[in-house]
Amino acid sequence: MMCIVPRMSIGHALLGLLEGGPRHGYDLKRAYDERFGQDRPLHYGQVYSTLSRLLKNGLVTEAGVEAGDGPERKRYAITDAGVTDVERWLSTPEKPEPYLQNTLYAKVVLALLSGRSAAEVLDTQRSAHLNTMRELTRRKTDGDLADQLICDFALFHLEADLRWLELTAARVDQLAVEVMR
Amino acid sequence: MTLLRAEGLVKSFGKTHALDGAGISIREGEVVAVMGPSGSGKSTLLHCIAGILPPDSGTVHYRDRDLTAMSDSERSELRRTEFGFVFQFGQLVPELTCLENVALPLRLSGMKRKDAERAATDWLARLEVDGVADQRPGETSGGQGQRVAVARALVTGPKVIFADEPTGALDSLNGERVMHLLTTAARETGAAVVLVTHEPRVAAYSDREVVVRDGRSRDVEFAR
Ligand SMILES: Nc1ncnc2c1ncn2[C@@H]1O[C@H](COP(=O)(O)OP(=O)(O)O)[C@@H](O)[C@H]1O
Ligand SMILES: [Mg+2]
Repeated sequence: MMCIVPRMSIGHALLGLLEGGPRHGYDLKRAYDERFGQDRPLHYGQVYSTLSRLLKNGLVTEAGVEAGDGPERKRYAITDAGVTDVERWLSTPEKPEPYLQNTLYAKVVLALLSGRSAAEVLDTQRSAHLNTMRELTRRKTDGDLADQLICDFALFHLEADLRWLELTAARVDQLAVEVMR
Repeated sequence: MTLLRAEGLVKSFGKTHALDGAGISIREGEVVAVMGPSGSGKSTLLHCIAGILPPDSGTVHYRDRDLTAMSDSERSELRRTEFGFVFQFGQLVPELTCLENVALPLRLSGMKRKDAERAATDWLARLEVDGVADQRPGETSGGQGQRVAVARALVTGPKVIFADEPTGALDSLNGERVMHLLTTAARETGAAVVLVTHEPRVAAYSDREVVVRDGRSRDVEFAR
């Protein structure tokens, strides 16, 4: 299964969760997994390395330590700087990134240059995309509203890729002439 | 088991070669998306395999019966008893209520009004549009109208539902609801669905896809 929360900024997500009140690292991991982890839960290592970075940058602070050793004893609280950082993150749009197009474009061109079938490359990709879309659709059908929204996000992106595949498939002959020049 | 199998379909409209050797095979109970760019021949393929349009050449078999060798009346009898149809719009009789529309195929098969309307009521409820039973199609929303059309397609217990861009006139949310209800009902009744669509998110409700390009289809199941 694909990652349906691509390049999620874990630091910002944890900060956002801490705005609800101080938590232990373990609590944070659970809250994150429940809301955003889907089939990719965080590793404890990720949680603690992220928290120590946030601590170093003054975005969180330690809010009490229980008796005993180890990071799981510490509670973390968000600082004013942390809140400002969350606000900045929320108000900055994500970079509209081209996802797979570059790789797929390279495959199509290389297929044409080597006399292989570019249409086949595109067909194979379409079929893989549709299979993923089927899985997401099934999951959406069984899921609650949060699942539906997250799956829809991925579905619309995959659909955009597919449109590009279609358009490219329709222009493969034209492209062949150009790359052979 | 293979239910429907078409081979080497050729169909021209004047100088336009709509189908140029297309083939497809549909197994019992599966949902197959027929995809491809606009004008590639998807609707023509659907009309040929559903016995609506005779191909210029090629064969269409439903179970062991050759559709291309049947008379017009045999073909329409087959369509009425074994097939159900959902189109983009305009398939409901505007003068009848939604309930009467859904009951209509049963009435045409000779069922008593009361029985036909009881079955129609059940189907409207399954499609979550029992609320519009007494309204005419023109008084319903696009999404409701398509659900009524799906109910009408399913009410006779067909073995194959042919759906040509059934969500083409709907917004995403309504379109997905129709697809969910259509495929769920088809799976429950064991009907196969041939779903023509150019929308990937609609095709994602299928079990597999057949791609039509320039009147030729690519059906990976076909060789089996
Ligand atoms: N009744 C018709 N008369 C003339 N040309 C038609 C007719 N039906 C389809 N065509 C032509 O045949 C080709 C395939 O059409 P169609 O099967 O409707 O494609 P699709 O459903 O994939 O958009 C198109 O070029 C279309 O214009
Ligand atoms: Mg069409």
